[in-house]
Amino acid sequence: MPSTRPRPARVLPGFSLSLGCALVYLSLLVLLPLSGLGFKASHLSLAEFWEIATGERALASYRVTFGASLLAALINALFGLVVAWVLVRYSFPGKRLIDALVDLPFALPTAVAGITLATLYSSNGWIGRHAEAFGVKVAFTPLGIVVALTFIGLPFVVRTLQPVIEDIEPEVEEAAASLGASRLQTFLRVVFPGLLPALLTGFTLAFSRSIGEYGSVIFIAGNMPLISEITPLLIISKLEQYDVVGATALAVVMLLISFVLLLAVNTLQWWAANRHHGSARPKAGGKP
Amino acid sequence: MGMKLAKCFCRLSAALTCALLALTASAQSNLLNVSYDVARDFYKDYNPLFQKHWKALTGETIELRQSHAGSSKQVRAVADGLEADVVTMNQASDVDFLAEKGLVARDYAKRFPTNASPYTSTMVFIVRQGNPKALKDWSDVVKPGIQVILPHPKNTGNGRYTYLAAWGYALKQPGGNERTAQDFVSRLLKNAPLFAAGGRDATTTFMQRKIGDVLISFESEAELIAREFGKGEFEVVYPSWSILTEFPVAIIDKVVDKKGTRKQAQAYLDFLWSPTGQENAAQNYLRPRDAALLKKYAQQFPPIRTFTVDDTFGGWARAFPTHFKDGGTFDQIYQLK
Repeated sequence: MPSTRPRPARVLPGFSLSLGCALVYLSLLVLLPLSGLGFKASHLSLAEFWEIATGERALASYRVTFGASLLAALINALFGLVVAWVLVRYSFPGKRLIDALVDLPFALPTAVAGITLATLYSSNGWIGRHAEAFGVKVAFTPLGIVVALTFIGLPFVVRTLQPVIEDIEPEVEEAAASLGASRLQTFLRVVFPGLLPALLTGFTLAFSRSIGEYGSVIFIAGNMPLISEITPLLIISKLEQYDVVGATALAVVMLLISFVLLLAVNTLQWWAANRHHGSARPKAGGKP
Repeated sequence: MGMKLAKCFCRLSAALTCALLALTASAQSNLLNVSYDVARDFYKDYNPLFQKHWKALTGETIELRQSHAGSSKQVRAVADGLEADVVTMNQASDVDFLAEKGLVARDYAKRFPTNASPYTSTMVFIVRQGNPKALKDWSDVVKPGIQVILPHPKNTGNGRYTYLAAWGYALKQPGGNERTAQDFVSRLLKNAPLFAAGGRDATTTFMQRKIGDVLISFESEAELIAREFGKGEFEVVYPSWSILTEFPVAIIDKVVDKKGTRKQAQAYLDFLWSPTGQENAAQNYLRPRDAALLKKYAQQFPPIRTFTVDDTFGGWARAFPTHFKDGGTFDQIYQLK
């Protein structure tokens, strides 16, 4: 489709210059360190690499890290959507304050967040005390890790969704209602498909941020081997032994898993975006 | 490239912190002391004392800069090119690493008196006021139902000393051997509801979050807890045996030869063993090596039987791989489950 269209004349020149800039910038900041990582890990034989990557504690840590990150990102996808919706669609006193609060997890040093959360959610803390009454331990269990990751992931979902919700005009909902759609139908078939790509982006950002998170998690995790050790902690543990190569092996595994997962989410996102367009276009063209 | 960056950063931070002094920097010498995290208070007191001493002795004004962070991160920065004149660490394995890299003399421990450690400390129990669980010795702490708070034994210096202290205590018991010691330590670890991220985090968990029956920490930390939380909140219990923790110092030969600061660096570290330096250690609740001073401060340093990493574990070079490397005794305890 774009290939058959005549190429529009660009107002601003400098495509090659900006592309060059972008490539150099990305290479220096992302590709170079990553290839350094790969290079360091290549000091290991395949058998050694496999042994480090599939050790009992390493496997347990992948489960904790990716499981908690996934859960936290899902929680954020749900409640982040609600927060974003409320902040865009309604006006109420203190709205600006709440809007600013959303960014707090971005700005707060992660260690501060971790220490504060651990104090709040420990068995004598303001929140942990009440959770314990129901027999739920939060701080120093895997659940505590989910709490910390939910905290740091929230702004990613809210800030991705806000501009998209702003773009959906309330008239669209009114039109749907006037055509006889129920409230649920309006949300599920009119509003939600438009939000889905942005929601997936927010989810992906929150998820990938969580996988690498270290600073806040170690203070609330409890760090018990096989139970609440995250993979970044095992990497630090290797570094404490001056085993840089072993640390990079774990990092490479994390990177590979993250890459595959992000690719899957991106494919899903692409599919969601296309499906939306695909179903809209024939209608506009007058499907029988 | 890492070297250059570190150098750049080093120079930049120097320029920023003392822009005025930098103008006359060529006229005076400066030393960078790269140290572990909780030595901040100690060197804050010590540096002015040395500056005064050096000025009186040579007439030279010396500029002293400090860098504090987790000790293994610090030595890695030095190995990567951070231009430290001296390192003052809390565990020999960190200085050993620098010796391996050729930055520090292999016999660094013999270049200064008392194993190159100007002061020592030991691991003690910190219990709730009145000692409600009547914890008197290591054998009480490993009893079922007692909650012990300690930092991660594999990843933190503080936790490693606790681990070795319990191990050594078990060895000292009648019939004690490596097997009974490992069993003893695994009972201790079973009593830990969590492994804190570091020494201070363990303190916060015990004192502020009120988790656990006993916190195991450095004797010197107990005094800092008293300053922070008040003396009425806890008691210090001295077990029958504990580990003597040493704090080795060393000169980075490569750097001082390049900068021409060997004389100053040597004097800076020597002064730690002077009466002034020793008194400063005592005032910071670190046990001075000077026997007379130790007596003078007997009130705050009750006598305790100790063993060292060298005499009981064959030095850090052996203890570290045996216990804390991957597959070591710590990992074995968690594989037995």
